[in-house]
Amino acid sequence: MTSISVLKQRENQIYQKGNQPFKMECETKSLAGAVSQRACVFCGSRVVLYPIADALHLIHGPIGCASYTWDIRGAQSSGPELHRMSFSTDLSETDIIYGGEKKLKKALLELIEKYSPKAAFIYCTCIVGIIGDDVDAICRQVEDQTGIPVIAVHSEGFKGTKKDGYKAACDALFSLIERNKAPRVTLPDSINILGEFNIGGETWIIKKYYESMGVKVVSVITGDGRVEEVQQARNAALNVVQCSGSVIHLAKQMEKDYGIPYIRVSYFGIEDTSDALYQVAVFFDKNPEILKKTQDMIRKEVQAIVPRLETMKKDLEGKKAAIYVGGAFKAFSMIKALKTLGMEVVLAGSQTGTQEDYEVLRQMCNEGTVILDDSNPLELAKYSVEKDADLFIGGVKERPIAYKMGIGFCDHNHERKIPLVGFEGMVNFAKEVHGTVTSPVWDLVPRRQKPAGKEGAI
Amino acid sequence: MTLKKHKDTPSYTATQNACKMCTPLGATLVFQGIEGCVPLLHGSQGCSTYMRRYLISHFKEPVDIASSNFTEETAVFGGGANLKLAIENVARQYAPSMIGIATTCLSETIGDDVQLILNSMDNHINGTALVHVSTPAYSGTHVDGFHGAVAAVVDRFNPVGKRIVYRPKKKKKINLFPGMLSNEDLRHLKDIFEDFHTPVTILPDYSERLEGPSWEEYQAIQKGGTSISAIEKMNVAVHTLEFGAVLALTAEMGQKTAGDILSKRFGVPCTRLPIPIGVKATDRFLDTLSQISGRPVPEKYRKEKWRLVDAYVDGNKYVAKKRALIYGEEDFVVSMAGFLAEVGIIPVLCASGGKSKTFKKALEDTLPETLIDQVVIQNDMDFTCMEETAAAMPEDLRPEIIIGNSKGYAMARRLKIPLVRVGFPIHDRVGGPRILHVGYKGAQQLFDNIVNTILTAKQTESRIGYSYM
Ligand code: SF4
Ligand code: SF4
Repeated sequence: MTSISVLKQRENQIYQKGNQPFKMECETKSLAGAVSQRACVFCGSRVVLYPIADALHLIHGPIGCASYTWDIRGAQSSGPELHRMSFSTDLSETDIIYGGEKKLKKALLELIEKYSPKAAFIYCTCIVGIIGDDVDAICRQVEDQTGIPVIAVHSEGFKGTKKDGYKAACDALFSLIERNKAPRVTLPDSINILGEFNIGGETWIIKKYYESMGVKVVSVITGDGRVEEVQQARNAALNVVQCSGSVIHLAKQMEKDYGIPYIRVSYFGIEDTSDALYQVAVFFDKNPEILKKTQDMIRKEVQAIVPRLETMKKDLEGKKAAIYVGGAFKAFSMIKALKTLGMEVVLAGSQTGTQEDYEVLRQMCNEGTVILDDSNPLELAKYSVEKDADLFIGGVKERPIAYKMGIGFCDHNHERKIPLVGFEGMVNFAKEVHGTVTSPVWDLVPRRQKPAGKEGAI
Repeated sequence: MTLKKHKDTPSYTATQNACKMCTPLGATLVFQGIEGCVPLLHGSQGCSTYMRRYLISHFKEPVDIASSNFTEETAVFGGGANLKLAIENVARQYAPSMIGIATTCLSETIGDDVQLILNSMDNHINGTALVHVSTPAYSGTHVDGFHGAVAAVVDRFNPVGKRIVYRPKKKKKINLFPGMLSNEDLRHLKDIFEDFHTPVTILPDYSERLEGPSWEEYQAIQKGGTSISAIEKMNVAVHTLEFGAVLALTAEMGQKTAGDILSKRFGVPCTRLPIPIGVKATDRFLDTLSQISGRPVPEKYRKEKWRLVDAYVDGNKYVAKKRALIYGEEDFVVSMAGFLAEVGIIPVLCASGGKSKTFKKALEDTLPETLIDQVVIQNDMDFTCMEETAAAMPEDLRPEIIIGNSKGYAMARRLKIPLVRVGFPIHDRVGGPRILHVGYKGAQQLFDNIVNTILTAKQTESRIGYSYM
């Protein structure tokens, strides 16, 4: 291994199970110059609100932030596709000097007239925080003038981490819900699905499960999202929260203001998907029909996929995996799902995990597993090679790191096009993992070549 | 047939699907083309992560870009401390030969005096050179950042008053500033110089670093790139070549380019040429090269040229009078338009997100007079305007083929016009960095690709699905 040194200031964000007392430093800003894999507050907001397909998403700032986020996510819509456009006020030098308020207002009015969105979100990026545009005031004016909700999302990149962006998005969502003036009615056996973004059509899979259980889905926030549907969210009896990091603020706010309880679930892997569906069924135990339907459905679904997983498991047994994802909660499910495939996790890390998350991770992992918070390319490469991983699960920025070192890769990020949740998603996941881990190309990469002269040398 | 002038292209306040990226992106690409260099963006974390992601999607290689990672306090009290810490950490982790620092909108706006901060570090840290380029995104596009960074690097390593020790007379060395080209383009250019037996310093050269082999051991910085010692010797070259028709015009108007710096300070003559796409532009490039190197154009290229012209002839009627929409960086569009015109395709809409004032003039200089009034030329344009403009053209004048980067895909799909992918970025295909545009060989590949795309479209539409041309 080339001498990859870990920065002193980062030592407490790296932990190898078994060799020291556990105290993970996390939830801090990324270290200057460390080449973090993390993005910014704006990124966090954009992720959460992204799939709302009939809303206008206008990025207020210079062009870059909008350019780089244009249509980059796999969040599908069954109807309008306004979310796939990239709108920006594209501030110029004079706007920076004289302020961007006029331009923002004009842009908003034009865009609303042209696209007739059901609501508008205005993302404030770094510069806006500096030049001090009163975006809230503009939003109020435009809302009055156009009659649609116009909401500022305060997501200046430097004002925290991606997590703060989640919070800003949740505030925006809540303010959208609050604008619903109709009286609240609690619909029986009904839920909101929270923190589900319909990547590759995942929302549709999960919705189908709930519907066949006899549970009514009032809204999905924000997968295949519509403004009006989000506004109905306060009529549900329960919030079922996936990807809690991103939407927990909204769930808490709805509990506080509307008394809607929430549960945390995951739809990744057989175990967690079944558990999620059972939890909901148990919550509605006044209606025993639901539990019965749930049991039947899960049995049927599992039976259908197990033989397919078994064949792939034969090849995957004993292979090693590294996981580096956005939220730590996702990593828990992934560890279980990999276990289903007979694989072992040797590295697990996240961009935004909390102290408790890392404690859970530590308990789930085997001796020797490396746990990382807010890592960077050098560390990820160092540890996945040292641990001799056969598979890396991550996003676009991790992909070339794995590939350069001759390690198989599975995309688990918001850009993928295939659904990985639920029972059929587990088959897709297994197929992708199996495809890459068993690919013959690894026989050819330098790292796998036997040194000349030794047995097996070419 | 003359086209009604579409003077009144819709003009909106907001940019809708931009046909440009921001300035620091271009600068980081240049820094990737310098041996042992790590780019560092002075600003918030997000910008660097997004640009990394963007470049990775095109090159499919690790692209590390550090950030000085502003916090709220930094934004209020200035970024000096953060920048220093970032530099120290990058130096410690990567041991680079150079750290290329580009300022984002944020640090530019709060007015950090980066040069002063670097001076306080003596412009060096543990043998690592620190080079700064000012790149506020609100004053240009990624191309401006690109050219700005090339100039800043040349300026830094060839300062005023630097003594010229020895200018080799026999081994005539030439400088080439190619602009934003593909890896394959850069490799081809290197081959050409080699075939001329003429040493060259190309700046930047990311062709190896952003398309290297798999590794046995992890490399903190990929191999490849122009070495700093070569850049330091650029002042003793016998000549500088700089690609870009728009660049040439803006230089005329007083914009300082890397070539200017070397010619003003050290008397290295500078010739600016359009990017050599197509027969005529390549002829011009090779003839110029032949003149300044004193060597004849190698036979190999004569052969390539005549093979290409023969192919033009074979395919002429499939492309004749076809109408094309082309977009991308201004210089790229100008050269591409020149190439299309020479095979008989009419570039009815030439668009760019660039903001220079010379795009139109450069196209007028390039295209034959008979064609120019059939062409709509528009810079500072986004994809929505482009699409609306194309859709509003009368049926018999509307583009039949679209030529440009991946970002035009959605537009092409809606307009139901086939797209030929060239330029940067290519996010929805493999092999983007391997697309060859320059030289006779590049023109050959472009020509084949365009003709075949037209034939495919015809076959797809055809009721009988013919199998013989
Ligand atoms: S703030 Fe400026 S530099 Fe950063 S991404 Fe946006 S436009 Fe580019
Ligand atoms: S850090 Fe600021 S400027 Fe950069 S991408 Fe994020 S919001 Fe935009």
